[in-house]
Amino acid sequence: MGIPALLKTAFINALIALVLFSLMIGIRTEAGSSGQLTYWTRFGELASLVAAVFGGSIVIELLRQWIGPTGAEKLVPPGVQSGLSFIGRYLAPALLIFTLLVPVIFYNQRYILDLAILVLTYVMLGWGLNVVVGLAGLLDLGYVAFYAVGAYSYGLLATNFGWSFWICLPLAGILAAFWGVLLGFPVLRLRGDYLAIVTLAFGEIIRLVIINWQDLTGGPNGVSGIPRPSFFGIPLDSSEDGLAARLGIEYSPTHRIVFLFYLILALALLTNWVTIRLRRLPIGRAWEALREDEVACRALGINTTTTKLTAFATGAMFGGFAGAFFATRQGFISPESFTFQESALVLAIVVLGGMGSQLGVALAALAMIGGFELFRSLETYRMLVFGMAMVLIMIWRPRGLIGHRAPTVYLTKAQAISSDLVKEGHG
Amino acid sequence: MDYFTQQLINGLVLGSIYGLIAIGYTMVYGIVGMINFAHGDIFMIGGFIALITFLILISLGLTAIPVILLVVLLVSMAITALYGWTIERIAYRPLRHSFRLAPMLSAIGMSFVLTNYSQVAQGARVKPIPPFITGGYTLHESADGFVIQLSNIQIMVVITTIVLLAIFTWLVSRTRLGRDMRACEQDQTMAALLGVDVDRTISMTFVIGAALAAVAGLMYLLYYGLVDFFMGFVAGIKAFTAAVLGGIGSLPGAMLGGLAIGLIETFWSAYFSVEYKDVAAFSILIVVLIFMPTGLLGRPEVEKV
Repeated sequence: MGIPALLKTAFINALIALVLFSLMIGIRTEAGSSGQLTYWTRFGELASLVAAVFGGSIVIELLRQWIGPTGAEKLVPPGVQSGLSFIGRYLAPALLIFTLLVPVIFYNQRYILDLAILVLTYVMLGWGLNVVVGLAGLLDLGYVAFYAVGAYSYGLLATNFGWSFWICLPLAGILAAFWGVLLGFPVLRLRGDYLAIVTLAFGEIIRLVIINWQDLTGGPNGVSGIPRPSFFGIPLDSSEDGLAARLGIEYSPTHRIVFLFYLILALALLTNWVTIRLRRLPIGRAWEALREDEVACRALGINTTTTKLTAFATGAMFGGFAGAFFATRQGFISPESFTFQESALVLAIVVLGGMGSQLGVALAALAMIGGFELFRSLETYRMLVFGMAMVLIMIWRPRGLIGHRAPTVYLTKAQAISSDLVKEGHG
Repeated sequence: MDYFTQQLINGLVLGSIYGLIAIGYTMVYGIVGMINFAHGDIFMIGGFIALITFLILISLGLTAIPVILLVVLLVSMAITALYGWTIERIAYRPLRHSFRLAPMLSAIGMSFVLTNYSQVAQGARVKPIPPFITGGYTLHESADGFVIQLSNIQIMVVITTIVLLAIFTWLVSRTRLGRDMRACEQDQTMAALLGVDVDRTISMTFVIGAALAAVAGLMYLLYYGLVDFFMGFVAGIKAFTAAVLGGIGSLPGAMLGGLAIGLIETFWSAYFSVEYKDVAAFSILIVVLIFMPTGLLGRPEVEKV
């Protein structure tokens, strides 16, 4: 493309940007104290945005010419691709060992420990949703509902009846799985997009019921004073009966954080282990067969009803566990934590990681939550950047960053399967 | 009975607004086969642009209400349509031949972008405007003093919807563009072979859908007297519910579904509880999909093997 054509494209883009931003950016409205709307102009901001679009489109066009038409593939050549899957074999154990040592290395850095717990929570959620989306190919946009069910089950049981975390944890999982089955029934006959929208509606219904059922859930005020977990009955505090006193060491509040870290790590590893085991069992193979082709699946005599229901129930159960953990970590839960944004974030982690890839999901959770932390100071721009990142990643690599996963069954030698060969979200 | 009639009127007006948004969903789904998640946010952007245009025109000293309305209508339709076009170009066109989940996730990302863009640009607070079109008619006054009102704005919303629907039906059934759209809906490859510019047709679908959503945004602004940055999400799901209820891909179905959702929501608020009106609307979506997966006027989906 010559320079005149380049300038012309950039000019047209700038003109489009000018029209798009003219009223939304150029004019700012605000309701005054008496409810009267006032407005003022912001032509400086508008001009700089339009100039940025003009310059940006020239830069992008030049980059495109420089890299060539198949830019995206060139950036990640096939050699690196196969190298990644080779590294993958050693990366996972290395990462696991590092994770186990995190509380030892960062013992005095409370912030890093908190962040690590947060990342692990999302790893667990990602692995849980991976069962539904990645393995069974059922697109679930309301996963946060099960997270909420788990959190509220523990929160309410613990505050109302004083039950211990270790009794409530399985109960939270069972209740969430029960809701998963309940949601599973209506969606059995639905495919792809309809399924997505029904699960989205279900997630919203759960959230709205939590907000409005004030007598039970405390409505928008949430549930507070949720007890902290104990070390199998031994409280983690500075009292006489506390773990520190019994072990004869000096009490430190970090003990509890470290305990929470290992707790969520254990839960996440349990999710991972169960998923890997299930995938080798007939039910796991049925999930993958369902994802690939529902019609063929039925023709082979697989009961698609139970297959879908077990996928929903299993995924939901892990969501419930994660919810119970969330409740005990925060000590306070409110409907604000269970919005659609949360579902989208977990889904983005699963898709970004490359569906079906356990390692990919873990790395994507690290990248996403870490990225979110980087933008913590820019609260209002965070979701804006997150949305843009979602669009860009989809355009750049629609099948996720780690496009490989280990095969479930193989004859003689294990080979990684590119996720380009795998169908998803057909329901 | 009077109370019932009044709620019927309110429900039909609300349903008209949902119907206008639902048409955008139905058209895009019919042709591209994706749920345009960002469509609810395009409706919200339309409301904002209408609001800002109103403010400017009034501060310019215009007083003739029909002139103001016409200018606002045209400006908001034009700019919002450009939003629709740009979004299709940036977020959906590169993914047209990608695997199924990709455009949907891209649309979810786009929805976040639009929501937070307007929050950053215009602030998080609700923006109210004073009522423009006042007055109305008293249809009936019962003995115990209950009055059935039909306000001018309600008449306007319903008439605008009917006129737009008529124009739109003509566009789809009689014009070249409409024929191209129907051809793309049947089979994009075949349509392209026969000389239909598929890219252009899809772009036009987004443009028309966004323009109708802008009208819905303007009507919402006039009817409720406010807009805020988050209103697109819930309105979007409800309009999608309407599209599914009517049978996705069917234009009269979208309008019918919109009216049904509007009526159900209004009657639920009137006779049961306002807090649970959204729950009722979403539950209906689930129930409809269980018993009538193709909606009221939809064609059964052919399973391609």
